[in-house]
Amino acid sequence: MKTLSTLISGLVFGIGLILSGMINPLKVQNFLDLFGTWDPSLAFVMGGAIIVTMPGFWLVQKRTKPFFNDKFYIPKAKDFDIRLMFGAGIFGVGWGLGGLCPGPALTSISISNNGIIIFVFTMIVGMLIAKIILK
Amino acid sequence: MSNIRFRNVILNKRNLILETEFTPISSLAGGALIGLSAVMLMLTQGKIAGISGIVSRILPPSIDKKEFPQSILFIIGLLIAGPIWYVFFGEIPSQTVSNNLVILSSAGLLVGFGAVLGNGCTSGHGVCGLSRASIRSLVATITFMLTGFITVFILRNIMGL
Repeated sequence: MKTLSTLISGLVFGIGLILSGMINPLKVQNFLDLFGTWDPSLAFVMGGAIIVTMPGFWLVQKRTKPFFNDKFYIPKAKDFDIRLMFGAGIFGVGWGLGGLCPGPALTSISISNNGIIIFVFTMIVGMLIAKIILK
Repeated sequence: MSNIRFRNVILNKRNLILETEFTPISSLAGGALIGLSAVMLMLTQGKIAGISGIVSRILPPSIDKKEFPQSILFIIGLLIAGPIWYVFFGEIPSQTVSNNLVILSSAGLLVGFGAVLGNGCTSGHGVCGLSRASIRSLVATITFMLTGFITVFILRNIMGL
């Protein structure tokens, strides 16, 4: 059950990304193109996700622990720091350049015959570099 | 591009169609599924559905051995979503990806580096973090949206790509 539930979570996430249109980088870039060919769809994706997640998390955390783990792993940090803002800023530049973020890029690997695989490869390299620097 | 319908066709300098159709209903529904997945993962594993976190925690030099199987399973779930969609609907929604390999590879590098440095991406900060009313995630989300806006503005209006 533990195995199946995580697999299904990933599957539902991927189906959601495809249905929402977010696997199309052009659609993401158009969300970011406020003064051009603006497409507000991405705001609806985030809205739809938060409408479900906010009450969902609240309900789930009324339990003492999750079904298949010892406790809830919720990020504890409260104060924001320069590293967080710097990282998010760099992330946004890459997100705008390619119109891709990690979820849609991974979901696309199995259905795309284009440059997304190159994006995923360099994304993993970028993660490795950051992890080594932070170590 | 066959199954994207366009209201007014706007072309960029390389004569590529830029406009995409506004899809409030399917985007809202797709978003709700993403939310459902996040709630499922929290209920079963007690984990935040942040894709960059799920990927980066199984990378060296600090591989999280305890979370390794679960991370791989979630990623397999993402990978089979497209083929399963195809089986049910017979076609995959079209994607328009840059054919500029320099842009794509630098985009990947920046996304991967920035997500690890900033402790999250669109899913971890933008969906899960905002749902927990986390100030850090709000700051991160505003920051990456702002730099994203600026980047697309420069890319399209100054570089003409």
